[in-house]
Amino acid sequence: MRSFVGKRVLAGVSLSTVAALTLTACGGSKIESTDAADSGDCGTFTIAINPWVGYEANAAVIAHVAETELGCKVVKKDLKEEIAWQGFGTGQVDAIVENWGHDDLKKKYIEDQKTAVNAGSTGVEGVIGWYVPPWMAEEYPDITDWNNLNKYASLFKTTESGGKGQLLDGDPSFVTNDEALVKNLGLDYQVVYAGSEPALIQAFRQAEEKKEPVLGYFYDPQWFLSEIELVKVDLPEYQEGCDADPEKVACDYPVYDLDKIVSKSFADANGPAYQLVDNFNWTNEDQNLVARYIAQDNMSPEEAAEKWVEANQDKVEAWLPQS
Amino acid sequence: MATTTMTGSSTRTTPRRRITKPLAVVGLLALWLVAWSLLRGQDMLELPRATLTDLHHWLNDVNDSVGASRNSSPIFLYFFNEIRAVMDALVTFVQGLIAQPAYGRPVPVLGWLGVVALVSYASWVFANWRVALLAAGGFTLFGLQGLWQESMDTLALTLVAVFVSLLFGIPLGILAGVSDRFHRLITPVLDLMQTMPTFVYLAPLTLVFLIGPASATIATLIYAMPPAIRITAHGIRSVPAPPVEATDSFGATRRQRLTKALLPLSKRTIVLGVNQTIMAALAMVTVAALIDAPGLGKTVIKALQTTDVGTAFNAGVAIVVMAIVLDRVTTAASVRAEQGGGDLNPRIRRLLLAGFGLVAAFCSYLSYTYLWASEFPDGGQLGEYLSQGATAVTTWAQQNLADLTAGVKDGVTIMLLNPLEALLAESPWWLMGAVIVLLAALIGNLRAAAVAAVCVGLLVGSGLWNASMITLAMTLVATLLVVTLGVVIGVWMGRSSRVDRVIRPVLDAGQTMPAFVYLIPVVALFSVSRFSAIVAGVVYAAPVAIKIVADGVRAIPESTVEAATAAGSNTWQTITKVQLPMARQSLLLATNQGLIYVLSMVVIGGLVGAGALGYEVVAGFSQGQLYGKGLAAGVAIVVLGIMLDRIARAAAQRSDRAPSANQT
Repeated sequence: MRSFVGKRVLAGVSLSTVAALTLTACGGSKIESTDAADSGDCGTFTIAINPWVGYEANAAVIAHVAETELGCKVVKKDLKEEIAWQGFGTGQVDAIVENWGHDDLKKKYIEDQKTAVNAGSTGVEGVIGWYVPPWMAEEYPDITDWNNLNKYASLFKTTESGGKGQLLDGDPSFVTNDEALVKNLGLDYQVVYAGSEPALIQAFRQAEEKKEPVLGYFYDPQWFLSEIELVKVDLPEYQEGCDADPEKVACDYPVYDLDKIVSKSFADANGPAYQLVDNFNWTNEDQNLVARYIAQDNMSPEEAAEKWVEANQDKVEAWLPQS
Repeated sequence: MATTTMTGSSTRTTPRRRITKPLAVVGLLALWLVAWSLLRGQDMLELPRATLTDLHHWLNDVNDSVGASRNSSPIFLYFFNEIRAVMDALVTFVQGLIAQPAYGRPVPVLGWLGVVALVSYASWVFANWRVALLAAGGFTLFGLQGLWQESMDTLALTLVAVFVSLLFGIPLGILAGVSDRFHRLITPVLDLMQTMPTFVYLAPLTLVFLIGPASATIATLIYAMPPAIRITAHGIRSVPAPPVEATDSFGATRRQRLTKALLPLSKRTIVLGVNQTIMAALAMVTVAALIDAPGLGKTVIKALQTTDVGTAFNAGVAIVVMAIVLDRVTTAASVRAEQGGGDLNPRIRRLLLAGFGLVAAFCSYLSYTYLWASEFPDGGQLGEYLSQGATAVTTWAQQNLADLTAGVKDGVTIMLLNPLEALLAESPWWLMGAVIVLLAALIGNLRAAAVAAVCVGLLVGSGLWNASMITLAMTLVATLLVVTLGVVIGVWMGRSSRVDRVIRPVLDAGQTMPAFVYLIPVVALFSVSRFSAIVAGVVYAAPVAIKIVADGVRAIPESTVEAATAAGSNTWQTITKVQLPMARQSLLLATNQGLIYVLSMVVIGGLVGAGALGYEVVAGFSQGQLYGKGLAAGVAIVVLGIMLDRIARAAAQRSDRAPSANQT
């Protein structure tokens, strides 16, 4: 019985499928093979995409210009910083287009291995520091001075902070001196490692929504700051060399000049793509705008780049190779 | 923890010998408490975040020198580079077939229609028409979600990783099945491959095999190959003796014995190994995306950067669906392998084979030739709906449930986790080490105690003793929750097949949904905390424990349960007096597997506030100077796993002289 029904069903399905397909197959466009011809002398240009939106904004704009103006074939590779730097030596990565400090990597790959070179500033300034949600800055105006942090330590107590105030740290990719800072500034706080940027963002977002206290490590430019404008706590001002000994740091983080790093062979070849990367320079506002298109307006990086480039032809002109 | 309670419950079976043991355990624990209260906080071996030991520096140097030799060393030039070339070619070939533009075409060779048709046809040929429909539906869903190409990239990489895993895994498994020596030799290697966190070897892999499909595939198969080896060996080993002896008595050679008796009789188990290999490979999709592996993993990681839970969920659903389809098809194929053909008579089946084959071939031709059958038509709004739905649910939950869940978090943390952590991590290391070794000797045996002693030594040597104890506390709490859930839901499912049918897909989803998808919701509900890490571990580990308990309860002969009911037992008595005691082996296996699965989530825990070993591994992956320390933390996780596993096994063996085969 069951097999009989099965047979009927199967036969029916197969007949109707064949019929339907034959009918529909008559229409529709055929697939043409593409010409593999490359235009221009740019060739293939490989950008590493480090995992944050601001970086993606830089990369998307550079890629868009390289493709449309210079006729390059752009390959994007999603990689963490370390692995991207490794790629310079093996010829698998041409450029990193937003680099936060990383003196250790610069020493290893630029000075020792000589596989990478610096391609100058992106024009974007990076600020790292301790932040509180805006409602706290309003309610406790003097909290933005580190001298008062101990006064408020009990507000920041959690199950994780062992009876002290909690200072939340994020993605371990970023430079942090926070444990040393807490110790050297005599603060009654415990560093708790969130371990990832999404966890950190979620903590700040919830703190602002529910008016809960949170003190955490954050950085600018970051798209989240245009959703909630976190307020920076002032640590003792940075002075040249005050962070030389990581054990004894007792000052704020320096302002980072975010720069571009390219592979040595890419720079030596001095092709149009290299010249574009070398000339590329814009501002925090520019990057934030493109990052906002991506993170909040849900555009793809390509669409976001196209939109910005159309509105900023003059800036783009200045990046193009002079020939 | 869970193990001791279980051994305690077994006193009933052999009263005389056992009376002293629980007493000794209690005495040891009491002594420990007293010593702890006196010595608390001494010799904890804490290591500050940024501090490295000599071992960590040395590991950094080793890593650097490997990188420096890659252009000169013959191992690279003639060995690693060759492997890379072969792997790259394989993946690129499969991608060209189903995922990426290739051979001068703007689209892959086979479009969506061809893939759906071929997959359904193959499912029908090797399994049955029910799973063929499931496969067709599942694959069409990828298109409707707007994730066709990403899904095919993931499928291509998974297929290659599984193919290579089986190519080497099955022969190695057969060898481990027939040779005891090889079996003993390879078991610790497999343990290492399965419990070493992937984050630890991602960066070195890209150094050796470069950035690209080869590294991603190799990362995947390191994790996916062990099940193939283990289960094949298990299959060969559990072939009953009589048929093999019968073959021998006819004077069969060793080869004949293998091909005529062992292999055919373990066919079903070996197909199960294929199934587990596929599942393990899919579990690596998101992590491999961190080194540029194409596919759904990338979608998840990108969405995470903008905390876009909806988009991540949509891609996560595609991974879950792919896993369920492949699981059901291979499981059905293994049943088929055992039972032979379906219920159709052979002549009709041959006709249908040819008929459907033609349909599939025709669909493939269409998808090769016409654009509409190649690129999935636009207008699949399903992805949008799924993603908006997930976002809405998350927002609602964090607005309405957060107070409740925060209460749960605080309760468990203060009542259970903090005291346990204080006990484990604030005991002097030598006291804690002695307690572990003695406990292993008491509830297990001397061999387990020896293994525990070596493991304690390694943990101290890693420089991460204190972090290891904090991680151990979280692991024990998570395992306790997993076992509790396993017993409660497992018994419920085991007693009713209707409940089973409803819950099983949920469990499958919990097991295969990438943890990266639920990181943000977990943090939203339980904030950045060790408890969030525990929750992530439980979501992943509980399904396994529940399934094992449910299967164990179901395996009890119905007549036994009926007899108990007839004798006047009520439901509660039937469960506690008959079903749970009889499913004891399953409970032990569930505890053991739950523990291993919890440990495999330690690193994910590091991303939501667990600190300790998990965070060290993540930090080692992110910062070059911390690489050595991350590697040491990875090894510490492996060591913890081996230590707990060996103690639990010894305890199980001791309390039951007929140990069941322990398969993973």
